[in-house]
Amino acid sequence: MDASEEPLPPVIYTMENKPIVTCAGDQNLFTSVYPTLSQQLPREPMEWRRSYGRAPKMIHLESNFVQFKEELLPKEGNKALLTFPFLHIYWTECCDTEVYKATVKDDLTKWQNVLKAHSSVDWLIVIVENDAKKKNKTNILPRTSIVDKIRNDFCNKQSDRCVVLSDPLKDSSRTQESWNAFLTKLRTLLLMSFTKNLGKFEDDMRTLREKRTEPGWSFCEYFMVQVSVPPGALDCWVFLSCLEVLQRIEGCCDRAQIDSNIAHTVGLWSYATEKLKSLGYLCGLVSEKGPNSEDLNRTVDLLAGLGAERPETANTAQSPYKKLKEALSSVEAFEKHYLDLSHATIEMYTSIGRIRSAKFVGKDLAEFYMRKKAPQKAEIYLQGALKNYLAEGWALPITHTRKQLAECQKHLGQIENYLQTSSLLASDHHLTEEERKHFCQEILDFASQPSDNPGHKIVLPMQSFAQLRDLHFDPSNAVVHVGGVLCIEITMYSQMPVPVHVEQIVVNVHFSIEKNSYRKTAEWLTKHKTSNGIINFPPETAPFPVSQNSLPALELYEMFERSPSDNSLNTTGIICRNVHMLLRRQESSSSLEMPSGVALEEGAHLLRCSHVTLEPGANQITFRTQAKEPGTYTLRQLCASVGSVWFVLPHIYPIVQYDVYSQEPQLHVEPLADSLLAGIPQKVKFTVTTGHYTIKNGDSLQLSNAEAMLILCQAESRAMVYSNTREQSSDAALRIQSSDKVTSISLPVAPAYHVIEFELEVLSLPSAPALGGESDMLGMAEPHRKHKDKQKTGHCMVTTDHKVSIDCPWSIYSTVIALTFSVPFRTTHALLSSGTRKYVQVCVQNLSELDFQLSDSYLVDTSDSTDLQLVPLNTQSQQPIYSKQSVFFVWELKWTEEPPPSLHCRFSVGFSPASEEQLSISLKPYTYEFKVENFFTLYNVKAEIFPPSGMEYCRTGSLCSLEVLITRLSDLLEVDKDEALTESDEHFSTKLMYEVVDNSSNWAVCGKSCGVISMPVAARATHRVHMEVMPLFAGYLPLPDVRLFKYLPHHSAHSSQLDADSWIENDSLSVDKHGDDQPDSSSLKSRGSVHSACSSEHKGLPMPRLQALPAGQVFNSSSGTQVLVIPSQDDHVLEVSVT
Amino acid sequence: MAVCIAVIAKENYPLYIRSTPTENELKFHYMVHTSLDVVDEKISAMGKALVDQRELYLGLLYPTEDYKVYGYVTNSKVKFVMVVDSSNTALRDNEIRSMFRKLHNSYTDVMCNPFYNPGDRIQSRWALLPVSASSPGGPYFLCPIQSRWALLPVSVSSPGGPYFLCPIQSRWALLLCPIQSRAFDNMVTSMMIQVC
Repeated sequence: MDASEEPLPPVIYTMENKPIVTCAGDQNLFTSVYPTLSQQLPREPMEWRRSYGRAPKMIHLESNFVQFKEELLPKEGNKALLTFPFLHIYWTECCDTEVYKATVKDDLTKWQNVLKAHSSVDWLIVIVENDAKKKNKTNILPRTSIVDKIRNDFCNKQSDRCVVLSDPLKDSSRTQESWNAFLTKLRTLLLMSFTKNLGKFEDDMRTLREKRTEPGWSFCEYFMVQVSVPPGALDCWVFLSCLEVLQRIEGCCDRAQIDSNIAHTVGLWSYATEKLKSLGYLCGLVSEKGPNSEDLNRTVDLLAGLGAERPETANTAQSPYKKLKEALSSVEAFEKHYLDLSHATIEMYTSIGRIRSAKFVGKDLAEFYMRKKAPQKAEIYLQGALKNYLAEGWALPITHTRKQLAECQKHLGQIENYLQTSSLLASDHHLTEEERKHFCQEILDFASQPSDNPGHKIVLPMQSFAQLRDLHFDPSNAVVHVGGVLCIEITMYSQMPVPVHVEQIVVNVHFSIEKNSYRKTAEWLTKHKTSNGIINFPPETAPFPVSQNSLPALELYEMFERSPSDNSLNTTGIICRNVHMLLRRQESSSSLEMPSGVALEEGAHLLRCSHVTLEPGANQITFRTQAKEPGTYTLRQLCASVGSVWFVLPHIYPIVQYDVYSQEPQLHVEPLADSLLAGIPQKVKFTVTTGHYTIKNGDSLQLSNAEAMLILCQAESRAMVYSNTREQSSDAALRIQSSDKVTSISLPVAPAYHVIEFELEVLSLPSAPALGGESDMLGMAEPHRKHKDKQKTGHCMVTTDHKVSIDCPWSIYSTVIALTFSVPFRTTHALLSSGTRKYVQVCVQNLSELDFQLSDSYLVDTSDSTDLQLVPLNTQSQQPIYSKQSVFFVWELKWTEEPPPSLHCRFSVGFSPASEEQLSISLKPYTYEFKVENFFTLYNVKAEIFPPSGMEYCRTGSLCSLEVLITRLSDLLEVDKDEALTESDEHFSTKLMYEVVDNSSNWAVCGKSCGVISMPVAARATHRVHMEVMPLFAGYLPLPDVRLFKYLPHHSAHSSQLDADSWIENDSLSVDKHGDDQPDSSSLKSRGSVHSACSSEHKGLPMPRLQALPAGQVFNSSSGTQVLVIPSQDDHVLEVSVT
Repeated sequence: MAVCIAVIAKENYPLYIRSTPTENELKFHYMVHTSLDVVDEKISAMGKALVDQRELYLGLLYPTEDYKVYGYVTNSKVKFVMVVDSSNTALRDNEIRSMFRKLHNSYTDVMCNPFYNPGDRIQSRWALLPVSASSPGGPYFLCPIQSRWALLPVSVSSPGGPYFLCPIQSRWALLLCPIQSRAFDNMVTSMMIQVC
């Protein structure tokens, strides 16, 4: 029993790193039980509920059982986990109260005191019962009493700390049951203790770690705690495993197989690289200064933890184990191995097209270089990765990589690059406000540095600094005259997080003179340019990838250049407006980080705005410029300067232009209506474009009066003054003074580049087509009248041009303007006969769109023959004449003695527009002059058709007789005295030819249809002609025409022998038949000239000539009569053809 | 539960990417971006067969120490990438597939939304609030209310109205919207828009 007295060596039962359990009390007893115990303990798994939310685990418990010694108990502050005893067990076989009281109780008390002294609460008392022993003892107490005693003495309230193990070495069910209960208890207690102490250990470690900033903190102390769970060990293991696997693969494959399997192995390479990197960082191998002593300690511990290399690789030159040992041995070796691995990994990724992965490893490499203070090597990897992220539009990686790049560029001293990256970061919304402000401040700090090279500029793209949002012109059509003021207001959206003071904002303007372009004339510009004046600039979607198919579409426009003078086409073509967007290098669109060679254009024309503070967000900036040279100004670049830093927008797109023009003063006179009508007051608009001339007080327009055109002065004439952009600026009364020769219009005072508009009423005096100036017309007595009358065919109005010469104050030359007036009426006249009674008919046709009121129509004989009377048959004195309608007037001619051979008439009628109530002036009447000749009836022709004898009606196909009776109505008159007149025995006769023509083909004339007769020139002389005609149709048929011609024989000898019929029939084309197509051309004077022309045409031909008698001289008394023809009876043939 | 899901356009820019916890967002962005290498590889390897079989699920793209990255590609070459915790053994292939299918349905709903311009980044409101097209009287779309729409409505009285005419993005000239709620404020916040 006195086990403690025997200096037995501590029992150590194999197995390392198992929780330690001490055994006190009866060592022999424990030794006997131990084999069963160590075998049974791990058999059943236990659920281990862990702290800090770690998942529960089923574990098989094993323990190191050692003999209890006081030294084993941990001293206060000992943190070692593995040497810590988790449970203390006291073994006893005692069943005798006496023995218990004598020794066991005392021993137990000592044991308990030692434990208490070390504040160890994890203990257990085991009482082993042996039936054999029980039987040997007679003075035995109930066994429970010993257990109860022990429980009473030691386990107050913790009765479970005392267990009974019955007959442990027997093979009975009771024994088994007892073992199970014991083992369960043991496991539970062990686990409880383990959990409790592990938690305490972790807490201690955390406390220690948190204390590291305190003075006197010892890393070694920390490490000694820490190293019992070494963090680098796992990394080492992963690294070694990866390389082992890869080496195995390499060992059993040839090169080609390895290459084809890169996709599967590259992951391991990458993993190994990553682990080596983290080991490097852990061991302080990745720093400028190299590892410190702590790093070295850690490294030593790690290497020690690796243990010895396995024998199978120990003798090879290369092995993962050796590689790792070497890599961790020195900074240089680590760098070599890490770079080798990284490069191999990048190369492999690249070879199988995993560019993104390659870039990602490259970024790790860049980080390594940055740590090693080798930014020049890091840059290329950062740029490569950034380019990739930009191309695919990954905002967060872009921001992160840019931040790294900024640091790299700062270290490299790449000022421009760094500033540009800073500007991009300052405008990056993925960064915090503080970070953005920091990068913005970096730019501002640099900009405010006094430069050692004054005038040196750092040019950066504007996009990230501020964006041009819109632009607005005032005047809104972006057209301004020379000397005028143009305002350009732009909205700039500042991307910076803080207000930035900008020394100046400059717009570079390109100037071009396009003198020959029609579009650039002042007229075109002021009228045609679009006038909304706001140009919006599309926001550039910054981190959005530019894929090949999302390039902007071609903006093609047709271009026409026209001649300014006659508007004829000079050039045409197609232009592409966004060529700079399409043709820019693909490269530059993706690598935004490079200062993309923004070129500052040096131009003479600049718009400038100084000392502007750009607040974050939208800012309005106004440029003001006074236009100087005429031409087109294109806004090219926008620059904002902050100290020596210039932010430049290299192309302003869409194209923004403004035009400056100069203009000569001009006068335009144009009718208000489509056409001016003669005879009534008409409005004419005067437009004075002042151009560069300023209208002063007293300037006036001097109009030299046109004779037939009156300028009607109204009291209330007003002139409007507009600016060239059609904004009304004033209006003023117009003073008009008229004298005989000159009308003077005083112009209102107007500044340059304005427009003065006013209206005047003019009146052109109307007239009919002049009849060769035989007589002067009313009020048109001026001798040098210039009427250019154009009588056009159809219903076109006769026009009259009036030219007015105007003297303008800005020029020594006169402006001649021509106004064309249209005569609203067309007048025709006709002579009507009824036997010997004569009538004159005048037809007035209104060709205009207006309605008129006609009044006071007169027809007078201007030759004033006394015995002639013109008796009007018109009843109404007032008569409306509507647009496009005609009105007829008729007078009867009456005479008492022999009528005059010709009659000069003048028709006049008063007119006024029907719509207007009262005109300010009285209008002159409309006049029309004409002449009537040969109006006295000489012959009466009467034709009659009789049915065949014995028949009541004419029948188709049967011959009927046509009787023509020609009667002379007067004795010899003046008009008869011509070549056809022959005299014999004081009797006069004249030769006439008659002709029967049926143009409507109703009749067939049988036999001769014409003949020459000698007609005595005496009143009531008659001639009768008989002919046969045959009706071709049934019905009421008009009689065939009987025409009468004067037969003028040729003077040569043989001319009379010609048979008139023969030449008419044989050579009808040459017959000089006048007047067939002029039924009412009785008296126009022009007839004479036609006649003479015709006669000269036939000069030399021995032919008789025919002259139609003027219509007024022949009266056909049977015109209009009809004869009834009935169809013949056998006329029944009906032909029907069906196809 | 996935720790990160991403919808990536045909041109490989992210349409939608969201991760939990958010503090590690950048790490997941890098992870998803790198995984596109494998997505590309898988798409080109499967090539025509993929289209024929209508197999959109690409399976495990690659494992990392702590996560597994899965991929899925739609017929229009829009990619879905999902990152799950390696320790989450409850997520097996079938669960991943069904999660992708749900994601695909949500994406389809977003695409059906007339307010969404294909190719635009998906706003979380839309992604989170896809309203089923199969609801009675549907399809309905929940749109982000913008002030200019609220200011511009013109009332048109017609059966089933009142309707509102709203100018929306260029592709959609007019929209007729029955107002579900009376009050204007309520209309702005809970307007359901029916596309006629």
